[in-house]
Amino acid sequence: MPVTIGGFVRAILVVGAVSGPAAAAEAADIKPAVVFDLGTKYDKSFNEGVFNGTERFRKEFNVPVAEFEPANETQFEQAHRRFAQRGQDPILAVGFNQASVVDRIAKDFPDTRFSLIDGVSKLPNVQSVLFREQEGSFLVGMLAAMASKTGKVGFVGGMDIPLIRRFACGYGQGVRYADAKAELIQNMTGTTPSAWNDPGRGAELARGQFDRGVDVVFAAAGATGLGVLQAAKDAGKLSIGVDSNQNHLHPGSVLTSMVKRVDVAAFDSFKEARDGTWKGGVSVLGLKDGAIDWALDDNNKALITADMKSRVDAAKADIISGKIKVVDYMEGNSCPP
Amino acid sequence: MAALLPELLSLASGTLRMATPLILCAMGGLFSERSGIVDIGLEGKMLAAAFAAAAAAAVTGSASAGLAAGCGAALLLALVHGFASITHGGNQVVSGVAVNMLASGLTITFGQAWFASGGATPALPASARFMTVVGGHNILVLAALASVPLTWWVIGRTRFGLRLRAVGESPRAVQAAGVSVAGLRYRAVLACGLLTGIAGTYLSLAQSAGFSREMTAGQGYIALAALIFGKWRALPAFGACLLFGFVDVLAIRLQGVAVAGVAVPVQLFQVLPYGLTVILLAGFVGRAVAPKAIGLPFVGGR
Repeated sequence: MPVTIGGFVRAILVVGAVSGPAAAAEAADIKPAVVFDLGTKYDKSFNEGVFNGTERFRKEFNVPVAEFEPANETQFEQAHRRFAQRGQDPILAVGFNQASVVDRIAKDFPDTRFSLIDGVSKLPNVQSVLFREQEGSFLVGMLAAMASKTGKVGFVGGMDIPLIRRFACGYGQGVRYADAKAELIQNMTGTTPSAWNDPGRGAELARGQFDRGVDVVFAAAGATGLGVLQAAKDAGKLSIGVDSNQNHLHPGSVLTSMVKRVDVAAFDSFKEARDGTWKGGVSVLGLKDGAIDWALDDNNKALITADMKSRVDAAKADIISGKIKVVDYMEGNSCPP
Repeated sequence: MAALLPELLSLASGTLRMATPLILCAMGGLFSERSGIVDIGLEGKMLAAAFAAAAAAAVTGSASAGLAAGCGAALLLALVHGFASITHGGNQVVSGVAVNMLASGLTITFGQAWFASGGATPALPASARFMTVVGGHNILVLAALASVPLTWWVIGRTRFGLRLRAVGESPRAVQAAGVSVAGLRYRAVLACGLLTGIAGTYLSLAQSAGFSREMTAGQGYIALAALIFGKWRALPAFGACLLFGFVDVLAIRLQGVAVAGVAVPVQLFQVLPYGLTVILLAGFVGRAVAPKAIGLPFVGGR
């Protein structure tokens, strides 16, 4: 116990020094830290996107960023507590799985600033960043339906949580918007966080869908998605990446990627803390903020016809203007059939 | 009925894909355990082989070099297990657990040191992997299928097999007949290393395109369970592996399927393999009698 209390006092002292009046002038004086989500830092998707953002911050401002890669979900709390005790501030929590932990720790360390991606906490010292994944999923769903020759498209989710159902639901709406007769087959990898890091199972799920006639599959499953993309490449089918731009992984086989700019969210949160403009509260980012988009680059431009591009761009404008309303699964925990 | 045939074929081929690492591991475990050496380290050997194969294939760009490295790594761990439990008469379960922990830690450490991407190896191109040769299956799947009759023949029909079984039942009799107990057991443990090496290589070079940490995900233990299901015999163990593979595929395929208009919860299918295991163990397998001398270190002079 003495260790904890000692660390706690020290944390308050350090944080007090940072957020006191002197800190506003000394902008560089922050000690940022990041606690990644499960599924390894190099998942080429969600975590790696955040990592790219924190790396950019580290290089641009020459500020070291402390990192923690949890091996299982019980380590989240420990990681946050240790960081807070050591005076790290702000602390970036990556992923839905950390929301409840941040809620607890932020209460114990009211002077430490926390940023939470994909989760919500109402505490004043927590900044929650959410994304309207349904909007981007809608667009890639349209592309999937337009690219499919069999009229059957697939979805492979990671852990079966409302957030991933939001991806699936937006995707389904996009598929039907582009082709009312298209059929959607969806699978979730599992119900525990290990579902984010099981490429073998992801590949098997994709193969099962291909056997049933699917020829375009969207993976929203962290590192598990790498197996889905690989299986699509091996079987000569199309796949859709998620979070980071994954088009380069298998050029000519990845149709597009549903890009979620977690790198910008991570970078901005640290930069705001450095500039003294950091504010608590909830922000929700979507298509109109440029935080969500679909990826078009040299690796997939041969797969996207001019007609597909114009239809998707039109739908994108309509979603931004509010003409198309994409239903959010998490609002009513239900999806329109 | 005609519409059902492709569905069944797809199920069968999925079963085979999922069961391949189990079959290879179970056959490897059979050699080891019939000679009296408990092998709880199947998981670790397979994991080390998966890593070594992916690392070698990433560096050389050759799938066969990957297979060689995978088998080499598993053989090395098999020797460690043999040295502790045969030469020094150590506790075989402890040594097996040590092999598992060693593999789990070393693969991530080396992976991070060599490729700096959190213990994973780079994604491999098709030329550095085992790709499809027959009916959607690759050469390692065929190797797994061939390993079953081969194991059955070697254990049941050759002089080496007879001695191997004898050393697992009564090592003293084997010694009295003038045959080296340690020599036989080392050969059995090495055969196990070779087969788990192929299993690991299959995971990283055929099923996936590269190594990711803890990618064996407990399949070594499932193979051990299948071996016990099969009462330490090749054909029944093979059947048990296929059953596990089938239930796994079924759990994947049946997800989101509505039965009589009601959507079945995902969790029900995910619990299926475990539920079935418990039911089968409790009701249908009957008494599984292990080789008599299993787990007992042999000290010749006593």
